[in-house]
Amino acid sequence: MSADPAAGPAAGSSLADPAPGSSPVLDIRDLSVVYRTPGGDVRAVDHVNLALGVGEVVGLAGESGSGKSTLAYGATRLLRAPALVTNGSVIYRGRRVTRPADILKMRPDELRRLRWREIAIVFQSAMNALNPVLNVRDQLLDAIHAHLKMPRDEARERAASLLDLVGIPRSRLRSYPHELSGGMRQRVMIAMALAAEPEIIIMDEPTTALDVVVQRDILAQIVELKDRLGFSILFITHDLSLLLELTDRIAVMYAGQFVEIATSDEIHRESSHPYTKGLLNSFPSLRGPRRELVGIPGSPPDLRNPPPGCPFVPRCVYARPECQDVDMRLLPVATSPDPDHVTACPFVLPDTPVPPPVPSAASGRPARELGT
Amino acid sequence: MSEQTLTSAAAARGPLAMEAISLSKDFRIGRGHALHAVRNVSFNLYRGAVVALVGESGSGKSTAARLLAGQERLTSGTIRLDGKQVEVASRGDFRRYKSEVQLVFQDPFSSLNPIHTVRYHLERPVKLHQGQDAKVGQEVVSLMEQVRLTPAKQFLAKYPHELSGGQRQRVSFARALAARPSVLLADEPVSMLDVSIRLEMLNLLDDLRRRFSLAMLYITHDIASARYFADEILVMYAGEIVERGPAEELTQAPAHPYTQLLVASAPDPDNLGSALRGGSRRQGLATASGRLQNLDGSAATQGCPFNPRCPFADDLCRREDPALTQVSDTRGAACWHLDVAAPELVSGPRRDSDPTTT
Repeated sequence: MSADPAAGPAAGSSLADPAPGSSPVLDIRDLSVVYRTPGGDVRAVDHVNLALGVGEVVGLAGESGSGKSTLAYGATRLLRAPALVTNGSVIYRGRRVTRPADILKMRPDELRRLRWREIAIVFQSAMNALNPVLNVRDQLLDAIHAHLKMPRDEARERAASLLDLVGIPRSRLRSYPHELSGGMRQRVMIAMALAAEPEIIIMDEPTTALDVVVQRDILAQIVELKDRLGFSILFITHDLSLLLELTDRIAVMYAGQFVEIATSDEIHRESSHPYTKGLLNSFPSLRGPRRELVGIPGSPPDLRNPPPGCPFVPRCVYARPECQDVDMRLLPVATSPDPDHVTACPFVLPDTPVPPPVPSAASGRPARELGT
Repeated sequence: MSEQTLTSAAAARGPLAMEAISLSKDFRIGRGHALHAVRNVSFNLYRGAVVALVGESGSGKSTAARLLAGQERLTSGTIRLDGKQVEVASRGDFRRYKSEVQLVFQDPFSSLNPIHTVRYHLERPVKLHQGQDAKVGQEVVSLMEQVRLTPAKQFLAKYPHELSGGQRQRVSFARALAARPSVLLADEPVSMLDVSIRLEMLNLLDDLRRRFSLAMLYITHDIASARYFADEILVMYAGEIVERGPAEELTQAPAHPYTQLLVASAPDPDNLGSALRGGSRRQGLATASGRLQNLDGSAATQGCPFNPRCPFADDLCRREDPALTQVSDTRGAACWHLDVAAPELVSGPRRDSDPTTT
């Protein structure tokens, strides 16, 4: 593995750490992932640092193509060519493993022991992730037998008790995926992830395809299970409003880099980076006064040829000439009482007023001047 | 039913374009069983106004749109367009109807033909609906400008896979506009798109609504976007409209227990000490358990469709389905116990619609 010193403005290592006192269960250091294409390397994840504390829920936010899934899958060695991890280390410190190990250097047999038993994943599309020709019990047994040594009877009992755990009646053991509602399928996925009582569960948009009511029910279930079983969660979603409510810390990603990391409360009250502000302003809210909503016009940059400086400049309402020279270093927000609140934008503080909009594209208008 | 005296919040924006009167649609499932996908649904669409149909998957909202688009045969009910009853007897009738009523689908990936260019997708409806003598090339370019797919020249020869999700959806909008419709039915038009461009697309739809004075039906599961985008919201549950009213009023003070559940379930960033963080479930609210159990077959359709999940349900609710009761000039809700569920909206225990038959 060759580090690229020229392009490696790694953040100070203490900045991305979780609450002091506990060493993180997963420690991603200076990770880079590229997609090899004939037109050049797409730098999907560019020298990022992230630590996940024991029992912590960390949210990865960003629009599609920001690299959040690539980061999670790259860190767990789930990517296939043309994706290539080019730099970094991912240290795993589980309670059941004797000493910390770098996942990126593991041999295949070590990886097999790590997967599912230590780190499990809940994928977005439960319909595609479940095998349509196996019933729920056989899917669960499959996961159990693949990763745990267990007599048949015990495994069956385990499958049934996993369903209890996620609130599905045991009578559904013989159901096939197509006979279950979307919410139930996602619960089965969660049950499978819990099969070996992992230390970390990576959840990749687990509720995006579901209705809000079911979504809320499942999230409440996840939180309850987390409190009971004590695993850590890396929660990937584009829905920042959901993360604000669910997670302890949020890492906002843009163009393969983190642009802001802070506790959920800080992100909610004192978000600093213009991209975070844009994301927060992309969701119509149901409560409170009607705000003017603008979203984030434009689209992410081509990561084969990332622009110099801050990649968000073309879409940023605060952009100024100096932005071309910014190196994307995460530094503490000057006005924040929390030293762990870091941002890649050196110019915009939480209370910086939005400069007057340039009257060009009509896309920056409020959704509707309702009430007028 | 008191429904007829209820004024739509969308009526103020423009003349009546389309009326849906007591629409019902049953699907046969298996032997002797029917799924009542849409039950006795009535509403009006007005030029220049947006009516939102909000509900969870399986609530029948898409089926309602397909009924209006003429893509599904009505089991019962009437559709009127500009005051005339819609009767599609021939292909010509259907084409004339489609030139007035257009549908935009959720998934811009599957609603465009992968082997045809943008030019083909737009030229075809122009020729079809505006006649052979239309200045096709000019019209296509102007359509693309309307949906801000510019410069048009750059996009004309592209295939769907060369476009981003947002650009594809713009092509879908342009294709719908090619027929110069008066009614646009948009079935989850932004829910497949990335968060950052959803607002942009809703703004575009809003702009098109205003410019062409479109009567728009906006179908969504996201009640928050309906609050911002629509004039009137209709909340559907298990094929019925359980509540309707002006968007702002309905979302800020929901009357029906289901609407209350929907609103309470939306992520609430301001509620930082919320049930999710605390790890405990909310108290006193209905939960998703028991979901859809009354859609499994016709047997469970007795009474109010929401009764298995409703915290206020009693014997009456399990026995009889409440009709839409007028709450104010512009609001209605189908619930026996509005006096308990939304006491601030209903002054005193008033029952406008009495249970007549059993």
